[in-house]
Amino acid sequence: MTVDAAPVWAALPVLAALLAVASAGAVLDAALPGGAVGGGARAARPFAETARLLRQRRRTTAVRDGLLWQAGVAGPVVVAALMIAVVPFGGHVVADVPVGVVWFNAMDVCLWAVVWLAGWGPDSPYPLVGGYRYLAQALGYELPLMFALTAPAVAAGSLDVGAVVEAQDGLWFVVWMPVAFVVLLLGVAGFSLWGPFGAPGGDDVAGGVFAEASGVDRLLLLAGRYALLTAGAAMAVALFLGGGAGPWLPGWLWSLLKTLAVLGCLVVLRGRLPGLRPQVVVRLGWVVALPVVLLQVLAVSIVVVAKG
Amino acid sequence: MEALLFWSLAVVAVGAGIAVFRVDSMARATYALALSFVAVGLALLLLDLAYLGVVTVLMMVMEMAIMAVFMIMFMMNPAGLMPMSMVHNRRGALALSVGVFLSLAAVALLTPWPERRGTVPEDPTRAVGTGVMETKMLVMIGVGAVLFTTIVAALVLSASRSRYDVRGGRR
Amino acid sequence: MTPDLFLLLAAALFAVGLYGALSQQSVVMIMMGLELMINGVIVAAASFWYFVAPAQPDGQVLVLVVISAMTVEMAMGFAVVTLLFRAKDADTTDMAAELRR
Repeated sequence: MTVDAAPVWAALPVLAALLAVASAGAVLDAALPGGAVGGGARAARPFAETARLLRQRRRTTAVRDGLLWQAGVAGPVVVAALMIAVVPFGGHVVADVPVGVVWFNAMDVCLWAVVWLAGWGPDSPYPLVGGYRYLAQALGYELPLMFALTAPAVAAGSLDVGAVVEAQDGLWFVVWMPVAFVVLLLGVAGFSLWGPFGAPGGDDVAGGVFAEASGVDRLLLLAGRYALLTAGAAMAVALFLGGGAGPWLPGWLWSLLKTLAVLGCLVVLRGRLPGLRPQVVVRLGWVVALPVVLLQVLAVSIVVVAKG
Repeated sequence: MEALLFWSLAVVAVGAGIAVFRVDSMARATYALALSFVAVGLALLLLDLAYLGVVTVLMMVMEMAIMAVFMIMFMMNPAGLMPMSMVHNRRGALALSVGVFLSLAAVALLTPWPERRGTVPEDPTRAVGTGVMETKMLVMIGVGAVLFTTIVAALVLSASRSRYDVRGGRR
Repeated sequence: MTPDLFLLLAAALFAVGLYGALSQQSVVMIMMGLELMINGVIVAAASFWYFVAPAQPDGQVLVLVVISAMTVEMAMGFAVVTLLFRAKDADTTDMAAELRR
């Protein structure tokens, strides 16, 4: 399957799909047992919460750094949108960047800045602790994530996400590079403050980076988290699960369905894995994940060289 | 179109660079520098250097995120809650840098640059990759050794505890 | 687009960085100035590659080397600042001037 650049207007449906899938993730998260208890139908709670936050008056702090705070609040959604722009849906991609894999990586590094700014902006201790925690654990998961992105690029011989999808004709990369796939998903959870990596927004620091955000700000941060998770899942589908490959249905629908499935797994696993302190993330990242994923890249390289 | 893009990126890059030394808040200074790097990275895209441009953004945003931590750790008044100035020999520095700019600009404008030899390859990323792995391999070997030495040296200099004190003084 | 414009941008970035590196007292701010100077070098190297010899990879390799030089500068700079601060509570160059003697 070849991947071509889509016309400019395609950005709108892709953005809409990003938000729709992210909302589906939020609904699933709320519907699962073990979430926060509250009134009303559980699955509808994200919508009720959205309506509440849209009406809520914005609460601010005394000596906040407004500019940086706004940058941090708007950042996650923007970064997720920029990530999804290089992910092909079926045979089409919004931005046909020749170095899409590096682009995705650069965007997730931008989250270091964005989330730290969201913590720094309000001039309040708990968000600040959250921001520093995010940086600390980012140092742990970033390198394994980078090499996990490298493995499919090496196998395809290209940094273009479309070329990686094309290279999986016949055999999906997840089959022979499962370690890189798992590490990529862990990295996605890491940059989305998800599950085991939730310490920057943890309850022990009163919500961390989310603590002072209210109203639309809070909505943007929470939605940005699901949007990042969705963008990461979509990237995992393109790099490891064959993108839009599949029988009967059109390619874009397969991409969407697979993204939903990966997102569903991430959401279901959230409450089932233990939370990790940032220092543990760093230790596991450098002592376990990095060597393992390097071995994976080595194996992939040997296969590529042997095939010629 | 390209000229417009270049000029706006150039203005952002230089403006953010100047802002680094004008703002009071260390967080703002650091992220102004990050903005300057992002503008330069995007300007590299205009030169068909997709990979190097994106890598510049990647490396520099990462570097600035870490830099912000050090800035706040080692500077008084990190949040810029009151105006402050920590400069010495401001006038001399200003004169010198304006002079350097003028002479560099004169060199840039007056030198007859050679004619362009060859064209941009089909895939510049592949070109640099092959270059690094073939004719310029020695460069990369050197860079690798230097980077490894840097990791070790930086740790040796900055770590306060030794290998026999893994728990950092906690008993 | 001409090489002159890109070189002017490079010269401006370099000069702003030079001003910072010369005038700032705090070691970390001096490093920001150095980074800005290297930023200018990146622009210059890239534009030389594009406008003079795009067929050879030399210019691109130079950009890679410059980026790694920047990371080395940063890592060593922070290591030295940390050591200096731990040893004598100094975070400005004026407070660590005994090497002059």
